[in-house]
Amino acid sequence: MANDDEIKVAQEFISALPHAKELGLTVEDIGPGHAVVALPYAERLIGDPRTRVLHGGAISALMDTTSGAAVMSLPEGFGTATLDLRIDYMRSATPGQTVHAAAECYHVTRSVAFVRTTAYDDDKERPVATATGAFTYGHATAPSTPEQMATAMDVFENGKKELGL
Amino acid sequence: MKYPEPVQVIKERRDTALGALVGGIPYIGFMGITFERRGDELTAIMPYRGMLVGNPVLPALHGGATAAFLEIAALVELAWSGLWSEIESGAVDVSNLTPETLPRLPKTIDFTVDYLRSGLPRDAYARARVNRSGRRYASVHVEAWQDNRSRLFAQATGHFLMPAPNDG
Repeated sequence: MANDDEIKVAQEFISALPHAKELGLTVEDIGPGHAVVALPYAERLIGDPRTRVLHGGAISALMDTTSGAAVMSLPEGFGTATLDLRIDYMRSATPGQTVHAAAECYHVTRSVAFVRTTAYDDDKERPVATATGAFTYGHATAPSTPEQMATAMDVFENGKKELGL
Repeated sequence: MKYPEPVQVIKERRDTALGALVGGIPYIGFMGITFERRGDELTAIMPYRGMLVGNPVLPALHGGATAAFLEIAALVELAWSGLWSEIESGAVDVSNLTPETLPRLPKTIDFTVDYLRSGLPRDAYARARVNRSGRRYASVHVEAWQDNRSRLFAQATGHFLMPAPNDG
């Protein structure tokens, strides 16, 4: 388990991604090559009005973010991008419940990181969805000191300002 | 021979049905996605908004937002292609289409997204093609582009479980 400081840094980072922030994603655990991120249930994310089940797209965004976070937490995973992502939907997420995604980077080459991710709600034994993805790797070194992290966050904030966010 | 209906009546019926299908799904509204119709052909449009950005430094659309856009385009195309024949035959009464009276939506079984280049902070478009649609399963391919139709920024293939006829 990551300590509170590590989770706080990862949370700041995720919240700097506008789409992740809009979805209300929260970091629950982070470590080299793995991450757990939660998506709180929200009415506006409903995909089927009859059943009130979350749309698969919201689960995809959660799993993509979590997989990316697992790669980003590796030494050279900073600034990773998704090459491909396959998602298998096992069952509908239970309406009203938070969906959690746990990602594990199971193999890394010089330029590609392979990630498996499982999403579940309150019933941890029955996954909602699983995903496997390939991500770009080895393009930048992750900030390791608080100063480097602060610089990285500044670059993010500048980017957001440029976009008018 | 019966004289054909006025074009406006036909257009209104089709647009009402599409509006009911798309408007009933809150997540499509959250993403700001709309659909344009030419006959039975649909184009999904995701106008650029700041909240769709994943990496503000590049800047690039969030991979998850791109995946969601493709999945919505595929799902709506599939539901629409089933609804189309029912509207045209008159089996579905468009005047009282609500989320409750619409045919049930297909369910995604799996969805594979291929990211070809990073999504720019601009409007995105997508068209889906139902490659196979059986009684129980369907396979749908979808392509998305931004400035140039020939330069796709993402494509995807998904399999869907069709609603059983007695599901309502």
